[in-house]
Amino acid sequence: MSALSVKNVSKIFPALNNKNQSVQALQDVSLEVNENEFVSILGHSGCGKTTLLNLIAGFESPTSGSIFCAEKAVKDPGADRSMVFQDYALFPWLTVRDNIAFGLHLKRINSASIEQSVMHFANLVGLSAFVDSYPHQLSGGMRQRVSIARALAVNPTVLLMDEPFAALDAQNRSMMQQEMIRILAEESKTVVLVTHSIEESINLSDVIVVLTRRPGRVKAVIRVPEPRKMIEDTPSYLEIRKKIRALINDEHDISDTV
Amino acid sequence: MTSLSWVLNLRRLILLAVLLCCWEFASRFILDKTQATLLPPPTGVLAGAVELAMSGELWKHIRDSLRREFIAFCYASVAIPLGVMMGCFKWINEQVDPIIEILRPIPPIAWIPLSILWFGVGNTQNQFIIFLGIFFPILLNTIDAVKNVEPNLIRAARCLGANHWSVITRVILRAALPQVVTGIRIGLGVGWMALVAAELVGANSGLGFLINDARTVLRTDFILDGMIAIGLIGLIIDRIIRIAARKLMPWSRALNS
Repeated sequence: MSALSVKNVSKIFPALNNKNQSVQALQDVSLEVNENEFVSILGHSGCGKTTLLNLIAGFESPTSGSIFCAEKAVKDPGADRSMVFQDYALFPWLTVRDNIAFGLHLKRINSASIEQSVMHFANLVGLSAFVDSYPHQLSGGMRQRVSIARALAVNPTVLLMDEPFAALDAQNRSMMQQEMIRILAEESKTVVLVTHSIEESINLSDVIVVLTRRPGRVKAVIRVPEPRKMIEDTPSYLEIRKKIRALINDEHDISDTV
Repeated sequence: MTSLSWVLNLRRLILLAVLLCCWEFASRFILDKTQATLLPPPTGVLAGAVELAMSGELWKHIRDSLRREFIAFCYASVAIPLGVMMGCFKWINEQVDPIIEILRPIPPIAWIPLSILWFGVGNTQNQFIIFLGIFFPILLNTIDAVKNVEPNLIRAARCLGANHWSVITRVILRAALPQVVTGIRIGLGVGWMALVAAELVGANSGLGFLINDARTVLRTDFILDGMIAIGLIGLIIDRIIRIAARKLMPWSRALNS
């Protein structure tokens, strides 16, 4: 069963005034994501990959086409598609505990099971010692862990991640990627990740979807041979990276000649 | 605070102390008797303050002024829900905004003549003027705060299962709070100024009444005491709100910086 299915989705942003033209961000994008599959959407900045994620989240609606999450048509944002944001988007007035519990309070679960859930997910992301801290007291990497715990706590059908590690420094980024692999090994999830980093997508994904430049179309769908077990600098790693890089550079050349 | 930084803090008061000494000297030895009546020396002002405090007069006026400010603030806090609604719903903003834009530039003091005719001299008239002073800063800051809530916070709440109502109560109200408090601070300050003006002409008690009443009997020391009390209380109200905000919203960087 597919957890998420995107069917012939196009998105046109209408002109705001007479001076600028309407922008076609996505054109006829179709995508199937299976249960417990990790799919990365890869492309240049401005290729509409974040727009695609916003459409899946229900923050915006497609101009044409449709999106289904667990066979249910997506109309509004909902806890079946929780998102991890690049800027964390933690609630600064809530402690780590209450941030993680935010979605659970909305579900009107009794407080004992909320507390149990909070501790489970705080443990999972390695922050059980910091549940009483406020976000501003944490480092960027720790904040993103809170954000991941908060999104997982509502038990989404699909976890959406919008360039979650882009704001971190290189060391933190690769550490968070390793953490993500560990977390997913403990808590299997369907994930859609938007990124512009080829390495990140190879490290984390089962499937990599490469988008073209604007308007975004699906250029290629690549299966990673050994998902989350790829070791850098091995021949198979270099091969897939070369392949993706070629796809992306090819795109670059086309847009340069236009 | 260490004893050393205490000493350094006292250093900041040197100029003030020198000026007070000059004032004392001028008032006692340079000015003639009539002039000295118009500018009593600091020690004379202090003696007047002691007299006012001992007789209970001062406390009565402070109490009346503070009560008016507080009651007016209670009414004016309706600006908070109104501001939230204006910030959240375009159609409410569309209808209410023109009215606000017309009323807002009118200084509260300009309402005094009309309000005396409407309410007579006394509490109601004073509270009305203070209300006008407090209301607009709170309203404008609330609208602004609600409009400037980080859009990703709203999105985050939505994708965690919050409906529109929960977004307002659990995100917008909380995120807007620091700036609403700033609006309250400014509002109480403006209200305090308006209060004194209103009491000057339309009251039988209060600090504004005290200084105006002292003028008629040429007690310049009482006038200065009243002025100092007005300044000090305004400062104290502001400080209390600042400290309370920092204690209640430790996460708010806007207020900490």
